Amino acid sequence: MPSSITSDIIKPPAPPRGGGFGGGGGPDGRGASRRASMTGLIVLLAATTMAFAAFTSAFVVRRGISDDWVALRLPRVVWANTGILLVSSLLLELGRRALKTGRRSAFNGFWTAGTVLGALFLVGQAIAWLQLNAAGIFVATNPSSSFFYLLTAAHGLHIVGGLSALAYVDVQALRLRLGPGKRTAVDVSALFWHFVDGLWLFLMVLFLVWG
Amino acid sequence: MSAPVVHAHHAPQGFIRKYIFSLDHKVIGIQYYFLALFSVLVGMSLSLLMRFHMVHPDAKVAWFAHLWPTAAQGGIMTPELYLSLMTMHGTIMVFFVLTTAPQSGFGNYFLPIQIGAEDMAFPVLNMLSFWTTFIALVVMVAAFFVQGGPPLSGWTGYPPLSGIGPLAGPGEGLGQTLWIVSIAIFCGASLMGAINFIATLIDLRCQGMSLMRLPLTCWTWFVTAILGLLGFAVLLAAGVLLILDRSAGTSFFIPAGLMVSDQILSHKGGSPLLWQHLFWFFGHPEVYIAILPGMGVTSQILSTFARKAVYGYRAMVYAILSIGFLGFMVWGHHMFMSGMSPYSAMAFSVLTMAIGVPSAIKTFNWIGTLWGGKIRFTTAMMFALGFVSLFVTGGLSGIFLGQPALDLYFHDTYFVVGHFHMIMGVAAIFGMFAGTFYWFPKMYGRMMNETLGKIHFYVTFLGVYAIFTPMHYLGLAGNPRRYADFTNFEFLGKLLPVHSFMTQAAYGTAAIQILFFINLFWSMKYGKKAPMNPWEATTLEWTIPSPPPFDNFGGVHPVVNHGPYEYSVPGAPRDFIMQTDPVDVHAES
Repeated sequence: MPSSITSDIIKPPAPPRGGGFGGGGGPDGRGASRRASMTGLIVLLAATTMAFAAFTSAFVVRRGISDDWVALRLPRVVWANTGILLVSSLLLELGRRALKTGRRSAFNGFWTAGTVLGALFLVGQAIAWLQLNAAGIFVATNPSSSFFYLLTAAHGLHIVGGLSALAYVDVQALRLRLGPGKRTAVDVSALFWHFVDGLWLFLMVLFLVWG
Repeated sequence: MSAPVVHAHHAPQGFIRKYIFSLDHKVIGIQYYFLALFSVLVGMSLSLLMRFHMVHPDAKVAWFAHLWPTAAQGGIMTPELYLSLMTMHGTIMVFFVLTTAPQSGFGNYFLPIQIGAEDMAFPVLNMLSFWTTFIALVVMVAAFFVQGGPPLSGWTGYPPLSGIGPLAGPGEGLGQTLWIVSIAIFCGASLMGAINFIATLIDLRCQGMSLMRLPLTCWTWFVTAILGLLGFAVLLAAGVLLILDRSAGTSFFIPAGLMVSDQILSHKGGSPLLWQHLFWFFGHPEVYIAILPGMGVTSQILSTFARKAVYGYRAMVYAILSIGFLGFMVWGHHMFMSGMSPYSAMAFSVLTMAIGVPSAIKTFNWIGTLWGGKIRFTTAMMFALGFVSLFVTGGLSGIFLGQPALDLYFHDTYFVVGHFHMIMGVAAIFGMFAGTFYWFPKMYGRMMNETLGKIHFYVTFLGVYAIFTPMHYLGLAGNPRRYADFTNFEFLGKLLPVHSFMTQAAYGTAAIQILFFINLFWSMKYGKKAPMNPWEATTLEWTIPSPPPFDNFGGVHPVVNHGPYEYSVPGAPRDFIMQTDPVDVHAES
């Protein structure tokens, strides 16, 4: 047979690579390695981005084609919520820096405060819903309110997911069980939290510009 | 050469952890495979009922009345029942067979082994992904047993029909709700699976397994996972909007002033086309989710049994990537009928034609792989060749449908039914059969029966052509699709014998599948014992015992020194070089 068919496939071996390529991560070899966790997180964020992109395009299209759209006055409490969420992200990041330099008690303080603020954000969002409700604005009242309830709920679900990760890390830290193996959990949960934070800013822009 | 044993793992002992809630990717792969087998039986039975009804719309069948006391009163199927059978056939086949077996089934089992990993990156997520899929299937099947029966709105669930509740017809109440909920659960499961596949392929490859040494199967599973990740996220979002329209009174998809069953609906201002855009943004990549793994398996098998390297490996990889990429830009070609601007239609049409280029590259490379090879006609090889045949046949009719001017005529005819069954249905199924015959020895440590396999192949191959080729002629003649009964239309009268022929062919093709099931289950217990590498193939799964041990490589980390398809290399001692063979194979001889 002609050698040209195989010649582009047979190559000198790749040099052995340092790190990774070990076939199975973690200390017991069956868990997720740190790199796989990071990849998994990025992939998850890509999926979340797609889902919210779909909601956004539905939002823009529905707004564009309709003659029944009434702009929604955002409850004022969402501004406070936005601030709370930003500060919580900031605190988590300060905590992460503290951990890198080995100041564990500072980490614990920052992380706990960030987690509590995260929970406070959810309470604030619930207040926003109650205020809208009290004003007689429900899910089906107008497409603008449909989208507001829908997007805050979808975002809130991600907040709940992020909060449970933050709380898990916090409990581990406070019980002095945050070994080097759990540093990945710190990074992954903080990154996820920054993402939902950024997502909320995007949603605020969406509500303000097109809502 | 392999690195020394680092750590061997012991399999869990209890039955439940070993076979039910297992974390082992191999068990999960088999679970997915059997979930798909169950689903394909349900889906196939539904198609037989539909084919029966099209030919005998007035027949009274006693057990119909038992199964569906209201929808088939007196044993005669109502048109609504026909539509619900059609909906469930499409849904179960697309989601629980075509999406499940090639990717989640074979991919779960063989992706980690082929890249030299001990398991998927996130074993618990993997288990959750399977059991979530299982719940989705249970919810979907439950739609058969609720008041009103299963939904009528097709596997595409177009609103307004799907969005306004029981007013729209039987099955549009609870049945449709269960349908949407099931699809949403399925989306979640697929997202979990996709995350696992992508992270595993990127981060858990063994030493020396560079991207250009990946078997093409791994490339297709990887790209399919990316398509699933991006597509199912959008479908999930669309499903949430639809369910809100149904249950919360919102108006995302339901237009104003709609009058259904003599009632004016209170919805206002929604757009049914918005659903179509969101749905097909998922729906078109879904076609590639179904077919890409089949392409990977076909490449692998053609190379193995032609004893030749895959012709143009790199071109194949780039073709897979560009099919995946273009797949996200052509959803509009499902909507030429929707009154879209001709300029948009033109753009979608050109992009659709562009997919013909990578598809042709793949086809020519398959032929190039076969050319001059010492072909071994095993059953797996026959099915892979069948895949190429069906892919070409189905692909060619796609070129017709990709043109707006022609699609306006063809869109609601049997031409479309013939097209998508050929390429998405049967070609993908042939990929699964090929994979089953090829990997069965590795999965169960026994060989399948080749004689039964070949009889099954020939009858199935002729059978599917007999069912689906006439559909193209029916389409040309203007035979509409989605009709439950053709007997009342004068212009269709002369086509009824064709329908009758197709129905007979469907019965025969379905009957011969019994042979496959016999072969499958008989061989599990009584098949000839399989050696480690029965096909003299090169990839990593053939370097370990059949069936593989719990942790695949017995604690050894394999080291890869060769590309995936080094067959008939001049000067080599054998006509194949395993990926783990030493760098200098010539030294051995």
